[in-house]
Amino acid sequence: METISVTSDYIPILIQIVVALSFVVVVMLVSHFIITKRRRVRSIKKEDNFECGIEIEGNARFPFSVKYFLIAILFVLFDVEVIFFYPWAVNFKESGWSGLLYMLLFVALFMFGFYYIYKKGSFDWNKDEE
Amino acid sequence: MDIQILYKSGLIIVILLLSLVIAMYATLAERKIAGFFQDRLGPNRAGIFGLLQPVADGVKLFFKEEFMPATADKFLYVLGPSLTMLIALLGSAVIPWGNTLVIGNNVFPLQVADVNIGVLYVFAVTSIGVYGIMIGGWSSNNKYALMGAVRAASQMISYELAMGMALIAIVMMSGSLSLHDIVAQQHGIHWNVWYQPIGFFVFVICAFAETNRTPFDLPECDSELIGGYHTEYSSMKLGFYLFSEYINMFISSAMIASLYFGGYNFPFLHELGMSHNWLTIVGTFVLFAKIGFFMFLFMWVRWTLPRFRYDQLMRFGWKVLLPLAIVNIVATGVIYELFKK
Repeated sequence: METISVTSDYIPILIQIVVALSFVVVVMLVSHFIITKRRRVRSIKKEDNFECGIEIEGNARFPFSVKYFLIAILFVLFDVEVIFFYPWAVNFKESGWSGLLYMLLFVALFMFGFYYIYKKGSFDWNKDEE
Repeated sequence: MDIQILYKSGLIIVILLLSLVIAMYATLAERKIAGFFQDRLGPNRAGIFGLLQPVADGVKLFFKEEFMPATADKFLYVLGPSLTMLIALLGSAVIPWGNTLVIGNNVFPLQVADVNIGVLYVFAVTSIGVYGIMIGGWSSNNKYALMGAVRAASQMISYELAMGMALIAIVMMSGSLSLHDIVAQQHGIHWNVWYQPIGFFVFVICAFAETNRTPFDLPECDSELIGGYHTEYSSMKLGFYLFSEYINMFISSAMIASLYFGGYNFPFLHELGMSHNWLTIVGTFVLFAKIGFFMFLFMWVRWTLPRFRYDQLMRFGWKVLLPLAIVNIVATGVIYELFKK
């Protein structure tokens, strides 16, 4: 538990990134250049986007439901709070009751925020927007 | 030092090949199991029992025509599947596949990198996985793909919260973020699942959602979104998306087995009277048996449960799993403090 990771511990991860990246690049290049390059047939109609066979209407760069953005923002807020839990969790056994009580205070604040957005209806997807 | 680097490189290549082969045969197993559940045979033409079917599928994907919509963003269109595959291959780095092998004076751990933040590393890598799907779906410039991509993104980030919360209870019990330490503490039968049943429940559900498996496969959702985020993909790019799902399933199963089911530990480990190296080898086989069971669980659930509706999915993630995970943390803390020694 007292071990301190030095930079050399991360060298294998670096090697793994290089190996995985080269695998992906090689497979992509093989499938692109060696096999399918000459076989590709192109035409304007064919390269349309798929829309169940009917004429395409506009493109897919349009605004979509704001709920998704709301979820993304809530995720950022909550994820930061989750990250605050980690240092406490690692030291939980040493900190004893006092550490737990301080954390309960934090959890109470966390739950208060959660209760607020719950009541605001952020998680109700099928409610009509007024 | 040099021999260690050499050994680690070899181990990395072996593990990557192993995860690719396991993912390949998981596709066959999935179809065989689907056949069994639906009272039919499943693929049996290529090779004995259809054992060459995954090879045939791979060759087919290589020979398919490569299609790219005229309006797609060309760079991002290629980047999407590549990133998904790359991220899927990185998760295996910190998982302990076994104890140590002692040969002469050298100790070889069966783990690529024992970093002290192993849990956070896996967590970070799975978070980047959202980008692969999001980039792929957006760059196709297809409405179905866009819908699939935004759904995937918001589903994965929602369930990631509950997953992180479930992990916190494990970290509290073990006092370490290193996966090696977490597994080593579950020696014998002291598996975390007996102490953390709620956390296990939440973690498994979130693992299903993170890998986009049924009942959480709304990003693909073939009955309403054609193919979801990979509607416009063909050839090996589609192959990467489909394939990385199985690799993610393998990594998730390995994570569940290591965090909750003791990894390479098994009961009566030391009563067998075997030498250290043999115990390590047996332990690795035990770990793979556990992984196999959880991969079967993934497939079992897929062919048993119907898909969620999107509002049910979001409601379940935020209103049930997240509070449950927080209650689990508080309960773990209080029970531990009450009953310690």
